Amino acid sequence: MAVRKLAPEEMQPESFVFSSETEAFAEQQIAKYPPGRQASAVIPLLWKAQEQAGGWLPRKAIEAVAARLDMPDIRVMEVATFYTMFNLEPVGKYFIQFCGTTPCVLRGAGDIKKVLEKRIGEQNHVTADGNFSWLEVECLGACCNAPMVQINDDYYEDLTTENFEKLLDDLAAGRPVKKGSQIGRKSSEPVDGVKTLQDPSLYDGSQIGAWRKRFEEQAQPAATGEAAAVTASVPEAAKAAKPAAGRPEESNAADTPAKRAKEGEAPVKPVDQKEASDASRATKVEARTEDVAKPAPQSGKSYVTTPGKDAVPTSPTTPIAGTPPAQAETRHNGSESKPGVTVDKDNKTS
Amino acid sequence: MLHDRDRIFTNLYGLHSPDLQAAKMRGAWDGTKFLLEKGRDWVIDEMKASGLRGRGGAGFPTGLKWSFMPKQSDGRPHYLVVNADESEPGTCKDREIMRNDPHLLIEGCLIASFAMGAHAAYIYIRGEYIAEKHALQRAVDEAYAAGLIGKNNVHGYPFDLYVHHGAGAYICGEETALLESLEGKKGMPRMKPPFPANMGLYGCPTTVNNVESIAVAGTILRRGASWFSGIGRPNNVGTKLFCVSGHVNKPCNVEEAMGLTFRELIDTHCGGIRGGWDNLLAVIPGGSSVPCVPADQIIDAPMDFDTLRNLRSGLGTAAVIVMDKSTDIVRAIARISYFYKHESCGQCTPCREGTGWMWRVLNRMAEGRAQKREIDMLLEVSTQIEGHTICALGDAAAWPVQGLIRHFRHEIEKRIDDYAANPHSESVMIAAE
Repeated sequence: MAVRKLAPEEMQPESFVFSSETEAFAEQQIAKYPPGRQASAVIPLLWKAQEQAGGWLPRKAIEAVAARLDMPDIRVMEVATFYTMFNLEPVGKYFIQFCGTTPCVLRGAGDIKKVLEKRIGEQNHVTADGNFSWLEVECLGACCNAPMVQINDDYYEDLTTENFEKLLDDLAAGRPVKKGSQIGRKSSEPVDGVKTLQDPSLYDGSQIGAWRKRFEEQAQPAATGEAAAVTASVPEAAKAAKPAAGRPEESNAADTPAKRAKEGEAPVKPVDQKEASDASRATKVEARTEDVAKPAPQSGKSYVTTPGKDAVPTSPTTPIAGTPPAQAETRHNGSESKPGVTVDKDNKTS
Repeated sequence: MLHDRDRIFTNLYGLHSPDLQAAKMRGAWDGTKFLLEKGRDWVIDEMKASGLRGRGGAGFPTGLKWSFMPKQSDGRPHYLVVNADESEPGTCKDREIMRNDPHLLIEGCLIASFAMGAHAAYIYIRGEYIAEKHALQRAVDEAYAAGLIGKNNVHGYPFDLYVHHGAGAYICGEETALLESLEGKKGMPRMKPPFPANMGLYGCPTTVNNVESIAVAGTILRRGASWFSGIGRPNNVGTKLFCVSGHVNKPCNVEEAMGLTFRELIDTHCGGIRGGWDNLLAVIPGGSSVPCVPADQIIDAPMDFDTLRNLRSGLGTAAVIVMDKSTDIVRAIARISYFYKHESCGQCTPCREGTGWMWRVLNRMAEGRAQKREIDMLLEVSTQIEGHTICALGDAAAWPVQGLIRHFRHEIEKRIDDYAANPHSESVMIAAE
């Protein structure tokens, strides 16, 4: 947690009134949420108020947002102090958020930080000309383009000491600067050019509708009558006998809470399922399987776009096409989780 | 290497236009109405059959998650909330989807909402992604203008999509904290149960999904569950966006099949490890929350959920942070600990106090200014944080530290020895401040 307080009283402006632009923005934002839920718009409104106040949030602006949304002042104050992008003190004309988290540090963010310290000084300190201030922030989510900084609204990526110095010079002199990568990358592609996504058929529209063939082929046997479908599927069924054995009955068992728990999935899931489903659900799911599970083998045999070669394993434990992998036999080999071994649980935060 | 024709995000690098017209040429919005006409149950079954596991880090099956939503509305509206609060250090994939392939996401939102009976969806985008927010909003406006979404759209399913932005809080990537934030409160996670599928946004049934999980839905339904589940390894199927950062020659985002080996991933797309394979020290394979894996274990390991879990790490968001031998591994992990200290919401004591404590101790260990018994104390404290908090941030803070001690205890000990061998004026007796 970071300790965040409002700016001292002597810095606080006397008043804050929404400009007509802010007011229009407020109306547009509030309209996004159901009636009576206007509090949802608090972050966008604080954001706009911060923009109007020159990059930071004075106390009066927070109170104005509270009044506009019929919220108690303290609720808005809480939000303003909780979220780190609300600046509670004045910032420079160019407010630099420097990413100092590990992926950037690995690519040399330390040097960028030295440049900032040399040219601007300490964090949270506005230069005498009012042009610059900076702050070390946590991961800004451009790790493939590290190191990087955010200056006001824009990202500046792939920095080196030299190009960052030049960037700051240009900003100070009011020259136009290039947003995004400073070494000519378009986004997060490999630096010397893209080797993937070269197939022109992806872009000329020739793929449109190609997938419908699968549905048409699937629909045909049904149209020619049940008998035809049965005869057609006999040889295939024989081929697929091993893995498919018992499948129609078992297909939904993979989803039962007990089974999930046994397989060492996170303990919330069985409860989650129980919570989320009412009594009627279970029976409905059963009914559904009968309708839907049947076409699957046909679609599987007739039109599988194999992604290429041996990516599809051929061992007897492999689930056949269309089988949810959760049902695969491989799940039961005991490697999932062993009692007594602290297996890392899946990480929940994204 | 995955074939281009099996890639879902065909405009990953923004080399083509993100506009609706161009997106349609690439196959977005192709026959969406036809897919919706197959019915809600078909969509959910197809998603289940595809074996898609959530791309936000936890790897929970997406189709199953959708099926948790009540089948019949009890009068309360249903909501879909898309988690675009991409803040896990190392992760930068959703950003590319939102600015370069936004229509796949919007189409996915429509399909997912249809499958769970929701007529409104919110995309919660992190506050720092301002350009991405505008790009996404532009695409949403385009979709409204073209009648693809909205009250009276061509698909015959009334659906509204809103872009909501946050203001810089990692914790809002946790689903219940995200819902709190969306309701206009501090982003503090809620106790579960009740689960969001029962009581989420505004007390209504809600499903929260990652951007990537939603954006792949349209393509999976078009090409079929068997296509998707045919890629990768059992239980770890499909394609996945990998974000490779750190000490590789060419850091990049790339869509690859799940379960390709680490070596293949790096050699094919990232130009190898800086200084060659012998120079590899360790890898954090799934964003900062998962423990690091030393070089010898990761090099030939398939990158998927189950393999990495067996290596006592995790695939997480597939944010691969590569560290070569020039890395000060203790400092690198200490910086991650600082991240969690900074981002803890302060609600649960073990996390609020523990994250700062771990960071301070690790900082001393990075200098060697510690005692060897403190290593075990640190491990012990990390297990006291793990599992004793409302949300998983406590776990996420503990795991990197545990991973460090598990694999690099010798490094910490060496520093302590070096420090002790060079007497300093300051006492080494300071325990946790």
